[in-house]
Amino acid sequence: MSATAVLINLLAVSALGTAFVRDRKKARAALMMAWKMFISLLPMLMVIIILIALLFAFIPRERLESFLGEQSGFLGIAAAAAAGAVLHIPALLAFPLAASLLEKGASIAVIAAFVTTLTMIGFVTLPLEIESLGRKFALLRNGLSFAAALGISFVMGFLL
Amino acid sequence: MKKDKSDNRKPLRRWVPVVALGLMSAFLLLRFPESQKSFNETLQSYTMEMLTVFPAVLVLMGLLTVFISKEFISRHLGEGSGLRGFAVSLFLGTLPTGPLYMAFPLAAVFQRKGARTANLVIFLSSWACIKLPQELVELRFLGSLFMLTRLSLTVVAVVAMGLIIERLTAGADRDSL
Repeated sequence: MSATAVLINLLAVSALGTAFVRDRKKARAALMMAWKMFISLLPMLMVIIILIALLFAFIPRERLESFLGEQSGFLGIAAAAAAGAVLHIPALLAFPLAASLLEKGASIAVIAAFVTTLTMIGFVTLPLEIESLGRKFALLRNGLSFAAALGISFVMGFLL
Repeated sequence: MKKDKSDNRKPLRRWVPVVALGLMSAFLLLRFPESQKSFNETLQSYTMEMLTVFPAVLVLMGLLTVFISKEFISRHLGEGSGLRGFAVSLFLGTLPTGPLYMAFPLAAVFQRKGARTANLVIFLSSWACIKLPQELVELRFLGSLFMLTRLSLTVVAVVAMGLIIERLTAGADRDSL
């Protein structure tokens, strides 16, 4: 187990311990909620793991690099940002996928663009956002988020 | 909301992609046996990594959802403006309280109560992309340098976006209500 994994587990165990001491009922409800989230995430989790394994087994590094690596340039970043905006993957599961793409030769900027639009922009939830907060607000927020994601990924590609 | 209900009624449908992808991989692996070793190794190592991280993250999310009430959230976002308002909106968004579509109605309530547009944007954006559990998973899989750089750039971008959107919608407030 890595140091980060140990840290996260220690944090969870100590928080859970504190919760049980303070309010047994609420702590049980929290555990129940965690279990339900696990069950609902499980199919997607397995899909992601299989996709990663397929990626490693069948796609040659050079192929992936030419699409998502340093030399893919602006087009690679823009494509990754667009994919992140449209796709509806829970962010928790997107990070392992992003890690495997990085390991396979995708560039930092491409991965940063993908992860940032994936979390900030919701194509699927756009109608609800328009309804709750107004058309202008929703369109501006999503549009500017896309631009911000491109900016963030350029800076990250430059810095790292 | 509608989506959740249909998910509960047909839980088996969610497994269709898993089965389809499993069959596809089985076919590919039988056709190209030389890739089996790499496939199995990746499958094992990622399954192990997921199992050591996700249960803890989900427990943390459950605990925070149960122990932090909606009243707490609306009390502290309120009319707080200036830098403190930015900080409060940013912080409230990071609490693991559910998917983004749960934040829209909440933000609409703040909007009606007279919260600054900039704070609404900051709140929604950090709710969407600076969630505490997400940062932990990002730290685990992409490393601290990647995570911290992206985090600080995102905070700057989110505050800037809030101010820009506030400027641009200044005249349109009455239309959107």
